[in-house]
Amino acid sequence: MSAEAQASVERPPVVKKGWTRARTIGVVLLTIWAALGLAVLGFMINAWDPDIFTRYAPRYLSGLWITVQLVVVSVFLGALLSVPIALGRSSKNKLIGALAYAYVYFFRGTPLLAQTFLVYYGLGSFRPELQAVGLWTFFREAWYCAVFAFTLNTAAYQAEILRGAIESVGKGQWEAAAAMGLSRFQTARKIILPQALIVALRPYGNEIILMIKGSAIVAIITVYDLMGETRRAYARTFDFQTYIWAAIIYLGLVEILRNAVDWIERRITKHLKR
Amino acid sequence: MRISRRIALALPAAALALAVGSAHAQDMMKLKIGTEGAYPPFNNLTADGSLEGFDIDIAKALCEEMKAECEFVTQDWDGIIPALQAGKFDAIVASMSITEERKKQVDFTNKYYNTPPALVVPKESDIAGTTPEDLAGKVIGAQGSTTHANFAETTFTDSDVKVYPTAEEYKLDMVNGRLDAVIDDIIVLQEFLDSDDGACCKVLGTLTPREDIYGPGIGIAVRQGEDELREKLNAAITAIRENGKYKEINDKYFTFDAYGD
Repeated sequence: MSAEAQASVERPPVVKKGWTRARTIGVVLLTIWAALGLAVLGFMINAWDPDIFTRYAPRYLSGLWITVQLVVVSVFLGALLSVPIALGRSSKNKLIGALAYAYVYFFRGTPLLAQTFLVYYGLGSFRPELQAVGLWTFFREAWYCAVFAFTLNTAAYQAEILRGAIESVGKGQWEAAAAMGLSRFQTARKIILPQALIVALRPYGNEIILMIKGSAIVAIITVYDLMGETRRAYARTFDFQTYIWAAIIYLGLVEILRNAVDWIERRITKHLKR
Repeated sequence: MRISRRIALALPAAALALAVGSAHAQDMMKLKIGTEGAYPPFNNLTADGSLEGFDIDIAKALCEEMKAECEFVTQDWDGIIPALQAGKFDAIVASMSITEERKKQVDFTNKYYNTPPALVVPKESDIAGTTPEDLAGKVIGAQGSTTHANFAETTFTDSDVKVYPTAEEYKLDMVNGRLDAVIDDIIVLQEFLDSDDGACCKVLGTLTPREDIYGPGIGIAVRQGEDELREKLNAAITAIRENGKYKEINDKYFTFDAYGD
């Protein structure tokens, strides 16, 4: 379109923004949010107690470290475990497909709390049997039980993310690669996975965020993570700021992760930007 | 948000009050009592979902004494004080020790019982005594947010103290063999030993409670400043001690006087 033609276009008159219902509701809700935020801030300043801080800050740090370790180890092991499960899910063999489906169905369909409880207390009641096969030293430790349960859980979610992402890449690409004489492994590594990972990145980020928050239940099996330390601090002080501190730390953790995912996405989608 | 919900709750209640008329309101004091429901034999839920135990019977006796209409509310131990403060119930009868830390948040009646803490160990245990040296390097289980956990963490500094959400979990873990010892009230532990699961274990010994951690005994918590209710409860405790009702309940559960000295 030439500049002349553009100039002659008749534009509709600019509609004056009035106080429509939606806008009023929006402003009111935002005001309430802002007021709540200020109230929390005010409460924190008001409740600030250097004694509590010096006594519990180191405990919070050790709890935070436990949380980070737990999530990193579980997500990493879960990622490894998710590959065979994802392959199983898209397998042509009916039996393997059904087994993989049952695994995913169970671990996605039951609460992480129940799974963790079952691994720790449930398997614990089979102590003689576990001792007989030499697994008791592993399952005796609450920490290993937590990693075990979390790994199994996240593997189910990650397998579905992986499977979905791989299936999102067109079948024609496999066929084209085969026509060019590439092996299936080469095709997967060089062509399919790089494209699939772009699709999978956001869901992966979400899964890690869910794990960070989900890990807060681990105190039921005596692993004192950030939430466990928070509850302990609260039980001693009966001061709500202990929970607000925990919320702020979790928020910071998630925020760091969100930015990291954004950064990775910018890097791997460079070729898609114009 | 909290305010709007309160209004939403208050409106039908107000309408109901108008419809029923306020004549009945003065006759009986209405009291909501908070308890944990996971601490046998003091308070626990039965298979059909009702509450039983020493705390419950005492609470019922006190209500009868005060001519109050009582309703029980179960609440997780961790959140029981905030729930009282938020008005979910008016008094906590849940074997709560009267401690200085808690007194900053709630007011307590006089004690209604006082029993010592004890250690329970597996029958084949080689732990010789109850001193911190005897338990050095051992794993001790306790319920979290309790005076017992506090006591264990400050006394057995060379041991690994593991804390559980309720007494049920440390019992499970004791049976599973992950713990070298558990600490709790002697009566709670005795009840555990008398159960099928308790066959694994024995009492190692009772401990001398530290006054600064355990306080003067077990009391009923009410919101701060509710002196009228607190005084009424105190009077009722004294009354059931005197009229034999306490002894009747006590003897149903224990072979000695749980009230202490």
